[in-house]
Formats: sequence, C-alpha cells, structure tokens
Amino acid sequence: MEAIEKHTGTVYPLGRDNVDTDQIIPKQFLKRVERTGFGEFVFYNWRFDDEGNPKEDFEIDSPKYEGASILIAGENFGCGSSREHAPWALLDYGFKVIIAPSFADIFYSNAFKNGIIVIEAEEDKVKEWQEKAQNGDFMLAVDLVEQTVTSDSGVYKFDIPSYHKEKLINGWDDISLTLQLEDKIKQYEESGGRMGIS
Amino acid sequence: MAEKKTIIDKIWENHVVHREEGQPDLIYIDQHLVHEVTSPQAFEGLRLTGRKVRRPDLTFATMDHNVPTKNRENIRDEISAKQMDALKKNCKDFGVKLADMFHPDQGIVHVIGPQLGLTQPGKTIVCGDSHTSTHGAFGALAFGIGTSEVEHVLATQTLYGDRPKTMNVKVNGPLGAGVTAKDLILAIIAKFGVKFGTGYVVEYTGEAVRDLTMEGRMTVCNMSIEGGARAGLISPDEKTVDFLTGRRYVPKDEEEFNALAGDWLALATDEGAEYDKTIEIDATQIEPQVSWGTNPGMVVPISGTTPSLDSVENKDEIGRALTYMDLEENQPITSIEIDHVFIGSCTNSRVLDLQRAAKIIEGKKVKAGIQAMVVPGSFLVKQEAEALGLDEVFKSAGFEWRDAGCSACLGMNDDIIPAGGRCASTSNRNFEGRQGNGARTHLVSPEMAAAAAIEGRFVDVREYGKEPQIS
Repeated sequence: MEAIEKHTGTVYPLGRDNVDTDQIIPKQFLKRVERTGFGEFVFYNWRFDDEGNPKEDFEIDSPKYEGASILIAGENFGCGSSREHAPWALLDYGFKVIIAPSFADIFYSNAFKNGIIVIEAEEDKVKEWQEKAQNGDFMLAVDLVEQTVTSDSGVYKFDIPSYHKEKLINGWDDISLTLQLEDKIKQYEESGGRMGIS
Repeated sequence: MAEKKTIIDKIWENHVVHREEGQPDLIYIDQHLVHEVTSPQAFEGLRLTGRKVRRPDLTFATMDHNVPTKNRENIRDEISAKQMDALKKNCKDFGVKLADMFHPDQGIVHVIGPQLGLTQPGKTIVCGDSHTSTHGAFGALAFGIGTSEVEHVLATQTLYGDRPKTMNVKVNGPLGAGVTAKDLILAIIAKFGVKFGTGYVVEYTGEAVRDLTMEGRMTVCNMSIEGGARAGLISPDEKTVDFLTGRRYVPKDEEEFNALAGDWLALATDEGAEYDKTIEIDATQIEPQVSWGTNPGMVVPISGTTPSLDSVENKDEIGRALTYMDLEENQPITSIEIDHVFIGSCTNSRVLDLQRAAKIIEGKKVKAGIQAMVVPGSFLVKQEAEALGLDEVFKSAGFEWRDAGCSACLGMNDDIIPAGGRCASTSNRNFEGRQGNGARTHLVSPEMAAAAAIEGRFVDVREYGKEPQIS
C-alpha cells in the first residue's frame, strides 16, 4: 500500500444518501480476477444507458469535475455488499479521498485497506462542501497528519481512528504486521482455541 | 458472582489473540468460507508474496455466485467460467477443500455451512460476503469481510477488529399466524432504518425470536447487514443443538457431542447482561411485509401504500425510488402487478422455505405471463425437497425448478430480470439494478412470493386460500 499524508484535489459532489456498493460497481463487472481495471465501470448504471451511452443527468464525467479526486457523498455510503471491488473501482477512477457524514462498516474498512482516506465529517460541513462543488472547480486540501480539511472558507478538523491513520501514513500492510505476531497466534492455537479461554 | 456477559462479549473475549492499548484486537477466526467472486485477488496476493494458507483445515470453498442454475455443463459466459477455474486452481494450489459446481455439497455458502455443521455456536466465522451474518442464527459471531481481509485470514487465520458495540433487538410477543421470519426482519429494518446497526453486533431476543425455527433465525440474521449491522446473532438453545445433531462436521461421538453442546448452551447471554443499546419492536403488530422502493428500509405492510412525498423528509431519495420502481405516491401495495417471481437466495432457499411456498402453490397455477422460478439453496436442499415431492408441486404449477446457486438474487449468472421487469423476490436486496439493469425488485417472504405468482399481484397471504365463509 502506498503511503499517503496529504492530498489536494477537485471535489465531485455525488450527494445522495445510502449509496450501495451495487451502484458503485454493478455485479456484471465483478468477474475480473485482478484488482485493477474497475474504474471505467464505477457508477456504471447511473453513468450509462442500456446502449452504453453517457446519461446527461449524472455529471461525474462532466468537464467541470475533470480530474476530481475527492468524492463527497451522503449518509451511509457504501452500504450493502462487502465487495472490495467498490473501493477498487473508486480508486481506479481517481478518487483518493471520500468524505461523507457516515459510512457502512465493511466499506469503511475496505477503503482504508486500499489507501483511500475516508473522512467522516459533520453533516452540515459535508452539505456546505457539496453545495460549493456544484459548479465545479472546488478544491479541498486534506492533511491526514493534522487531521484537517482546508477549503476557501477555513480549516475543518476531523476525527479518524488512530490505527487507520498510522497505517495510511506509513503505507503499512496488515499481513506483514500480523505475521510478526506469529508466536501469539501459535500460542492461541496450542491453547485449544475458542472454548479454551474465557 | 461472575460478571454478566452477552454472547457477543463471550465469543469476542474467547478469540482475542493479541490486545494492545489504542489498537484494534487481533482475533482468531475458526471458520473461513470462500467463494469464487471475492477470493481470486486474495489468493493472487498470497502468490505474489510467497505466502501459504495458514489453516486449510479451517477453510472451505464453494462456487455459488456465478454458477448457472441449468445446463451447468455448458457455461456460456467465459468470464464466469474463468473466475470459477481460478477458484479451482487456487484451492488445488493452496490445499483448500472445494465443493465445486458438480460436487454434491455445492450450494450457497450460507446454506451449506449450517447444513454440513461447519457453522457452530461460539465460532468466529468469516466470508468475503456480507450475508455471512446468516450463521449468527447458531450463536456464532459471523460477519462479511472484504478481499484484503480474506487474504489476511488466509495468511494468518486472524483479523483485526474493534471490540464490537452490542445491541439488543428485543422482539416482544409472538408473531401472528401467517407472519414469517422474513416479515419480522423486514419490519425491523423498516422501523429502525438501513443503518440502525452500523458499528454494532446485534443480538435478536424475545419471544418471537425464540419461537422461530433455525431456518427462520437464519432468515433474520441474514438480513442484519441490511440494517447496517455487520453481524447479527441469536443465543443458542435446544433448537440449535437439535439442528446440528448428526451433521457431518460435528463430533460423531455422543459423549463428545453432548459436552460440546453443553459449552454451546453456556454461551447464551447471561440473564441481566447489559448491552450498549436496546431497541424494541412489538411482534403482534407485524403484518406480511412488501418492499416498495430501492433499499431494504423502504418496506410497508401488505395493507399499506407507497409513501406520499409530502409526508417524508428525504423527498429526493423517496422520489427517485418511486420513479425507478415506476410507482405512484400513495399506491396500494395490493395494486402492484408483478411479472417475475424468484424463490431462492441465502435468505429464503432452505427446505422449510420451499415447503411453505409449496403449501400455497399446491393445486394452483402460476398466472399466465408470469415467469416464476425456484432455486434451491444447495444440492442437498434440492435432493431433500425432491424426496418430499416439492419439485412436482412447483413444476406442475408452472414454476421452473433449477439447480443450486445465488441466481437471480444478484444476477451474476444468466438468471436476470429484464429491464422494466417487476419481481416478487424472496432475496435480500432491492437496490437499483440488483436483479438486472432496470429491473424492479419487491422483497417478500416465500409465502407472499408464492401467492403473488398465482394472483399476479401482491395479496395478503393470511387471507389467501381461505374458503369463502358460508353464513
């Protein structure tokens, strides 16, 4: 995983509450055996009609959001299926930061594991940024070390679990860390496992 | 006196391998279930780093999401075939037991786990699938994980996690006649919303939950994730022990089994244990439920109507859902006509589900113009149902009788509801495009789906089939 401390980028304001992972990456694109190449299919059924032509009412590909790397969404973003293809698709499309008032549990953890900065911000703040980004060309600067989001109207401080923060900043891979605890795992197994300890 | 604990705390504490202040716990995983869609990248990760599967003996794989439910020998979709070939090769290379498409144990991973007795009380069970919560019906702590976590479990047999917050969903009173486990869980999500359980592990308690069969409990726990809870469970009791008696992966020796069963029962939440949060619902007020919209919280009783935009706060979301579903505001549920019926999925594809649907169907015909199919949850379910003659009941009514798999719940195989089609479905998600691009899904119980197949629209199954009163 690549280390990430800071990111400044253009905002795409998706809005919408309860966006499920079936919308982020529809099932017909889950058949790849690689982690890459999902970006072109992100939000596919909202972006394209049955013939594969772009739908005008969904603006993610509009020139005003060109190069957007920060996604702003509504409540409970990423609910539904556990498919990690959802963060893979968002990352592959170019999103490095996702900001919403709340996230579904599995998506939240999946996104961090792929080096995406996931920020839970207060609803009013998210709405403010959402509004400001409507006309495109709205930038935010995220500083993970300081836990701040800076916009033209000031600095917003956010909370983030310290272990997620630490892993992102250092680009640490969970498995390598866990394998250093091999003795503990072995000890647990030798103790007889689940019914053995209480 | 010992501290009073919930089953959630007991299982969690039993599994902590390593705990460090300010860090998530590292917990041991007792059972890892694997399927073809969320595993290829995890196995590839092991290959790239030269790692092995730490405990192939605690890992079990099957094919369910992609498998055709007819003419299995000739898969038309080459990419699906490639994904299944990848699982076959991965299981062979890493020594993992696999029930492939032609294996007698094949089926939906959440149906075969309990059937084979891999699912047991007190276990931590994970799978790269959000409906892993199903196994919680047995008093296991079972939850869905992403592919990075699948790789982590394959390599280390452990996972990181914060000790979960606990929630008691207390269901007071009994369910009425003709009201099912599916109606109960849909009513819970309708009442408390699609994120009431976010950040929690939920335990379902109360009279109506105790009264449920193990199949019913699986239906309830299955849809915990639709309320935002990564895991939902029910304390084990005698029903749990009875269900597991004689299953393949539980001890054969009677003494050993009885001792284990004793441990299982002791896991039940202690009387007076405290939860971080408790919510309550009155089971006696629950009617058969039907989802009208595009998330599993958009659900009303059969006697109800779609919402009116004037009475809701989230007008955008409700408006978009009504448009997608091609429904009017204030439209009576019983006026909604359907053209497809799907009985299946990890929510409702077990023998008892099929029996209950068959009871409604028996001697009747699927209404002309409606495509209806039954997809048993596993080969074993299919066999057992056929031994009971259920296949004949469905087929003679005009249903298709298919082979086991996830099928039209998510349409990764050929079982897709066409754009504009409207399906009465016993599955778990009514998201836009879930059953097919442009398809419209209404979530219901097997009984309600069966009655809708005959009538061509939703009817109250409690009234259905009753002889007219002669006065």
